[in-house]
Amino acid sequence: MSEEKEAKKPAAPKTPRAAQAAGRARPVPPRGRAAGKPKEEKPLPPSPKQPVVDGYAKLIREKISPEAVESAFINQPNDHLPTLVIKKEFWIQVAELFKNQSDLAFDYMQNYSGVDYETHLEVVVQLYSMARGERVCFKIKTDREVAKLPTLSNLWSAADWNEREIYDLLGIDFEGHPDMRRMFLPEDWVGHPLRKDYVPLDEGV
Amino acid sequence: MLRTEEMVLNLGPQHPSMHGVLRLVVKIDGEIIREIEPVVGYLHRGTEKLAEDLNYTQIIPYTDRLDYLSSMTNNYVVCHATETLMGLEIPEKAEYLRVIVMEMNRVASHLLWLGTFLLDVGALTPFLYCFRDREQILSMFNELCGARLTYNYMRVGGVKWDAPAGWLDKVKNFADYMINEIQNYHELISGNEIFLQRTKGIGVITKEMALSYSLSGANIRCTGIDWDLRKKQPYSVYDRFDFKVPLGKTGDLLDKYHCRMDEMVEAMKIVKQAVEGFPEGGATMGKVPRVLRVPEGEVYVGVESPRGELGCHIVSKGKDKPWRIKFRRPSFYNLQVAKELLVGQNIANLVAILGSIDIVLGEVDG
Amino acid sequence: MDWYIFVYPVILLAIVLVFVMYAIYFERKVIGWIQLRKGPTETGPKGLFQSAADVFKLLIKEDIIPSKADRPLFKLAPILAYVPAFSVLAVIPFTDAPYLKFSNVAVGLMYYLALSSITVMGVLLGGWASNNKYSLLGGMRAGAQMISYEIPLVLSVVGVVMSAGSLNLTEIVETQIAGAWNVFPQFLGFVVFIIAAIAELNRTPFDLPEAESELVAGYHTEYTGFRFAFFMLAEYTYVFAMASLITILFFGGWDAPFGLTFIPPLVWFILKFCCFVFLLFWLRATFPRLRGDQLMEFAWKGLLPLAIINIFVSALLKEVPFLSQYF
Repeated sequence: MSEEKEAKKPAAPKTPRAAQAAGRARPVPPRGRAAGKPKEEKPLPPSPKQPVVDGYAKLIREKISPEAVESAFINQPNDHLPTLVIKKEFWIQVAELFKNQSDLAFDYMQNYSGVDYETHLEVVVQLYSMARGERVCFKIKTDREVAKLPTLSNLWSAADWNEREIYDLLGIDFEGHPDMRRMFLPEDWVGHPLRKDYVPLDEGV
Repeated sequence: MLRTEEMVLNLGPQHPSMHGVLRLVVKIDGEIIREIEPVVGYLHRGTEKLAEDLNYTQIIPYTDRLDYLSSMTNNYVVCHATETLMGLEIPEKAEYLRVIVMEMNRVASHLLWLGTFLLDVGALTPFLYCFRDREQILSMFNELCGARLTYNYMRVGGVKWDAPAGWLDKVKNFADYMINEIQNYHELISGNEIFLQRTKGIGVITKEMALSYSLSGANIRCTGIDWDLRKKQPYSVYDRFDFKVPLGKTGDLLDKYHCRMDEMVEAMKIVKQAVEGFPEGGATMGKVPRVLRVPEGEVYVGVESPRGELGCHIVSKGKDKPWRIKFRRPSFYNLQVAKELLVGQNIANLVAILGSIDIVLGEVDG
Repeated sequence: MDWYIFVYPVILLAIVLVFVMYAIYFERKVIGWIQLRKGPTETGPKGLFQSAADVFKLLIKEDIIPSKADRPLFKLAPILAYVPAFSVLAVIPFTDAPYLKFSNVAVGLMYYLALSSITVMGVLLGGWASNNKYSLLGGMRAGAQMISYEIPLVLSVVGVVMSAGSLNLTEIVETQIAGAWNVFPQFLGFVVFIIAAIAELNRTPFDLPEAESELVAGYHTEYTGFRFAFFMLAEYTYVFAMASLITILFFGGWDAPFGLTFIPPLVWFILKFCCFVFLLFWLRATFPRLRGDQLMEFAWKGLLPLAIINIFVSALLKEVPFLSQYF
């Protein structure tokens, strides 16, 4: 993986890729590609959901802390999904707020996943409000070395196994989780496979 | 009171009704379950890790093996996620074919559920009837894509094969046959007194539980919560078809059974409409670059698989391989509720309730 | 003492063994037919030797006794299950011919019911001695079930006994030949009896002791080879015995209905007997399984009161002028 990256970088630097693709005679898909492409060149038209995400960010800044929101934006290709990056110190408060406040009521956890960005680990939570039919996405970053985040299992029971899975595969320790054990792999497994620097330990060889 | 002693019973991973390799460590008092601890992971193949080293087309066959009873929806979700991130346009014909195969796969999957669920409550015969009908769907899939279980049928941008000549007629005939056949199932099963006794009021899922555990599919709809992604977050061409979302009231096993039975009928109706409105000409593949490079970004899409919300979360760094791909596997979410449902029940109910959740271990373990 | 006293039991054992083999064969065929399958077809013409092959396989299989099992009890259990199953056949009169009655005991019915309840000990012991949790659960279920259902079973035949005025099975049949088949006047008793009988046989929908989807194989999980064969043999011998008993108690034994006396009595017996055996197979293919607590509830709250009502009504009708000839 990393070798490949090294090999590719000098040959095709980041920006010319678009030019290269456009320059080639290969037919460019009419609208689809065009929608994705301008993102790099000029800003997209403002999303209809922009006020929503701004409202969420404002609410969090007012109710919890001015520093709680690292950034707030709309994930346009993904059906205009309001996305908020939250600082982990404030994350549990934000989660409580979004679950319990009656005009937000994000009572359904659609997805809970963890990502290793090599510089840091991140968990991504997609929530849904059954009453309002709204989606929101939260991202929380944590350090790779001391990967700790508060647990959500008290708010959404669905988080229980998901956090165990993330712990198992990415090694994020969820503080306050009632049963922080590996989900899939054996207890004596070494390492967390979904980390990018994971090297399988093979005692047999 | 008699002094009784609790006994630890290890159900599975090899057990006739553990649906694969689920293991339940059950503490029982007589036959009453006091504690239960599901142990999963016996079928963990690390699909998500493997996918990080594969390009997008190569991932598709791996998804076949997640929920191996509804591979079509698995194929679809990874294609759909990639297409959403790339902003690709899919030819209409491909979308119709996708809907047809996904709905047929839903019926095939529900048929298998029906058979095994009844096997779990002790009825042998419906299992074979269900397999007879499922067999027809599998044969049609075989004709379409050369595989009966792991289809590898869809591609980013469309589908791999066009329908062979006469295939659509077969599908339509089958849909008519199946709608009729489900009536026969109702006659065989739905009124059976023992079946009613075994399912009515058993394993009740409340609305709160369903939301808290993020259940999906029939497991949430049996409680009366209207949550079907085909309606709530329409994808593909589902908005063109007229179909109902069957809902339950009480959340017990009987409601779940009826939800799934009605879902089969609705699925067949969708298939019929799709065959009728099937576009004449056109390609089965959209215009897709030879090397799929997905623009940098992140996407989560959910689709309604037979078991519930099947999601795909892709983080792309602009390469031909995903940086991270995560599947939201409905069985994994649905199985969590078992722990809460099963305490206080006896072994016979355990088997029935577990069967009703409809898990596929390939999907739970990922 | 006549010589045939010693020979006939051997012949009967042979008949029972053949019956068991072909009962299994027909069970598989009938269920196969109901389930759109073919059943056994390969071994012998139309698969007729399939069961024989299965039995042969079981007999030559390695005899495995789990190391943690209670060896003496483990070995004793199948014998204890089978011996009463075969012994009860001694009192069953198959026809009116004297040579097909083995022992014309005055309390034949009592003998049957008393002896058949020993089998539950075998099942319970098997479950206990295997030292396997599934076996234990299966054995306990079997114990609870068979003891509970014995009560309605016994009470439901009291009406029959009252009308015959005898516990001798031959006399019970003869009373029916003179009057009417018990299934009509004793209909309630018949219904209770047949349900309780199916439960005693541990067959679907009452197959809890060996519920495959729950307990793997119940009390005989750990049994292999000929010990397992003995449990199977006991199960099907009981089918044989119970079908015979039902024929005798409620369907007039070898009595020819509609004056069709040109058909030999033994054939009539076999025909009626086969109907009941078929019913068992049919039920197995069509019913789900009851749950333990529902099973108990059904026995104590459903069948037992019904059986008692049946006794009461029979006793009452015995005093009604015209009807008394049937009771």
